[in-house]
Amino acid sequence: MSEPVVRIRNLCLALPKGADRPHAVEDLSLDLLPGKILCVVGESGSGKSMSAYALTGLLPRVLRVAGGRIEFEGQDLLALDERGWRQLRGRRIAMIFQEPMTALNPVMRIGDQIAEMFEAHNLLTPAERRARAVALAREVGLPEPEQIVRAYPHQLSGGQRQRAMIAMALALEPSVLVADEPTTALDVTTQAQILKLIRELQQRRGMSVMFITHDFGVVADIADHVAVLQRGTLVEAGTAEAVLRNPQHPYTKALLAAVPSLAPPERAPLDGQPIALQAVGLTKTYTTRTGLMGKPRVVAAVKEVAFDLRRGETLGLVGESGSGKSTTARLAIRLIEPDLGTVRLGTLDFTTLGPAALRAERRRIQMIFQDPFASLNPRRTVEQIITAGPIAHGTPARLARARARELLELVGLQPSAAERYPNAFSGGQRQRIGIARALAMEPDVLVADEAVSALDVSVQAQVLELLEDLKNRLGIAMLFITHDLRVAATICDRIAVMRGGEIVETRRTADLFRQPEHPYTRSLLAAVPGMQAQTA
Amino acid sequence: MLSFALRRILVALAVAVTVSVASFMLLHLSGDLATAIAGPEATGEQIAAIRVQHGLDQPLLAQFLAWAGKALQLDFGNSFYFRERVSDLILARLPVTLTLGVVALCVALFVAIPLGVLAAVRRDTWIDRLALAVSVLGQAMPSFWFGLTLIMVFAVNLRWLPVSGNATWKHFVLPAVALGYYAMPAVMRLTRNGMLEVLASDYVRTARAKGLPPRKVLIRHALRNAVIPVIALAAVQFGFMLGGSIVIEAVFSLQGLGQLAWESIARNDFPVVQAIVLVLAMIYIALTLAADLLNALLDPRLRS
Repeated sequence: MSEPVVRIRNLCLALPKGADRPHAVEDLSLDLLPGKILCVVGESGSGKSMSAYALTGLLPRVLRVAGGRIEFEGQDLLALDERGWRQLRGRRIAMIFQEPMTALNPVMRIGDQIAEMFEAHNLLTPAERRARAVALAREVGLPEPEQIVRAYPHQLSGGQRQRAMIAMALALEPSVLVADEPTTALDVTTQAQILKLIRELQQRRGMSVMFITHDFGVVADIADHVAVLQRGTLVEAGTAEAVLRNPQHPYTKALLAAVPSLAPPERAPLDGQPIALQAVGLTKTYTTRTGLMGKPRVVAAVKEVAFDLRRGETLGLVGESGSGKSTTARLAIRLIEPDLGTVRLGTLDFTTLGPAALRAERRRIQMIFQDPFASLNPRRTVEQIITAGPIAHGTPARLARARARELLELVGLQPSAAERYPNAFSGGQRQRIGIARALAMEPDVLVADEAVSALDVSVQAQVLELLEDLKNRLGIAMLFITHDLRVAATICDRIAVMRGGEIVETRRTADLFRQPEHPYTRSLLAAVPGMQAQTA
Repeated sequence: MLSFALRRILVALAVAVTVSVASFMLLHLSGDLATAIAGPEATGEQIAAIRVQHGLDQPLLAQFLAWAGKALQLDFGNSFYFRERVSDLILARLPVTLTLGVVALCVALFVAIPLGVLAAVRRDTWIDRLALAVSVLGQAMPSFWFGLTLIMVFAVNLRWLPVSGNATWKHFVLPAVALGYYAMPAVMRLTRNGMLEVLASDYVRTARAKGLPPRKVLIRHALRNAVIPVIALAAVQFGFMLGGSIVIEAVFSLQGLGQLAWESIARNDFPVVQAIVLVLAMIYIALTLAADLLNALLDPRLRS
């Protein structure tokens, strides 16, 4: 075995006083081998990102190195002054980040931002820098490199922006690339392309990569070695093969078990049940005016979408960003009005209801939102949040409050949670509150828009279990919007795959995964991280 | 960019037309002009004669078109008080006000932006506190009082600068400082807040990860983004300083537009008041347009 490029020994990063624990990272020892990819895996708050930032000297100001060593090619990084760090950053150790939109300067051209790498280290002439920027853009697979270097970040797609970030990071041929969740913000097919690109470039250039991720699917696709962090402590490290196939630590085992499987269980068909929600020919077109004289831009967000949702059934709407799945959800509960088409709740024509009738009937279809932090009013108690709807619909306040406590128990929280404010709860607990709020209206249909996407896998698994259980117990129908095929496989009876505003295929979940018919479904499935590992 | 600029110019023109209609109407709604011009002792025939003489017997639309047509050629008629062309009066006074405004704006920006940047970079240190103190003082202190204090210290006691008038550049130093200090706090705070936000942004982290020296990170990546809203504010502040310099002009006896406006209101000199309102409004519109275009130049996202 060759000498490690980076050797982290007993690293300790102190959090400021008043944090939930004294150390962000405690007694961490890791080796990054030359030409290998090390995945550092953990849930939010595990300290995985902080260990990456420590390697580039870019720790947030509130964090302090409280002990340990970081050696890079034999040099002690923690002894470096700011000038020493600057010579290293970008040149020897480069970094790419999670959110390629915000990680690029919005007012600078892509090419200038790439060329700036050379400028930062006083290399090449301005003309040579520009030429290298074009060459790098080509190497990372950006289309029309000569033109795209003149574009600004907002003119690129998410995947292209991440490619530009990678071009930047590769400019000076660093020996180490630190990648902080570089594919988390991307669509699944884009993610697959970026992972492939990182893998290729890493092999072509013999780089070492420290890859931070929360996603075991990504780990399976890309890692040579894996380190698992739990609350700042390394609990398991080893080769990808060993950790994924034969995890030793209970936490690793739990994390792996929580990853939704891509082999969905067979589910009994629900054809006999009455239809709870039906969409017929739903169409929604957006026209954006581009000013007084500009031609209006017409975007068909949803085109002739049709589906049936039966009582006790979960129908998944799956697709990438811009596929129209969220617009469909909004149309279903009439947050927006369709241009054409009908939504039926049972036998009721929901689309043509007047304002008063709509207010009364909306009780029957309720929504659970994606962001458990933004979707609860921070200045209202949990009880107020849950009872507001029923009270508005005429339930006596005392009854509504008693029911709120029952519902909190039903979603796995203490009834005493009613008196507290949302900020007292974690993301998973907040999502449970959101579910209780939706259930308080005693709806026939729940619309869950990316309801578990913001949650860590272990929490995600719990919330999915809760939803499944509630659906079975209460006989609710659920329209489940997600970009995550693993999640869809876990919870959906049937799945409708959306692309460009249209449903391309609706099948029973097990069938869809076994024999996808539409080519787009096939490419979507192939792009799911960890797919090869699972089918191998 | 071109279509963006064209659209903005069209909007500016529309605003200009609206403002001119409004300023024309305001004067006509404020009472019978002929009576006001003739004075309290005039007879009915005299008033009628004045009405004909000034074209006030014509329909309102005809009056407006005649007035607007002349205004486009910078002919605002004659002052009732000075028996002089209004345009000559304004042209004589405008340079004083413009000089004062430009210098005051420069004073404000040259203090506010570096101070704002420093306060953000050295957040929660004594520099930040000092910047806050300076800005609170600027907001709290009436500008006439600050102007008088400056006169007492630098003109009366130290005798470095003249007390009043507008003969040389030295005469503009104290009033510009007084006026600039009044405009400075808002710009300083916006710069500081903008910098704090931008310094915490992902792209500043990217810039640091490139190994760029701190100065380049600060100026090219942080300030370049933080300054965009400051430009819009500076344009508004500049317009405000032109229109609102009456107090400072009075304190320092500067014969500027503000003085003229103030005196003309007191003298019922309607043509002058109307012309000043219109000129200031047009300058304001031009400034807003300039700020919009400059913003678009700095921020590519605004162009598309």
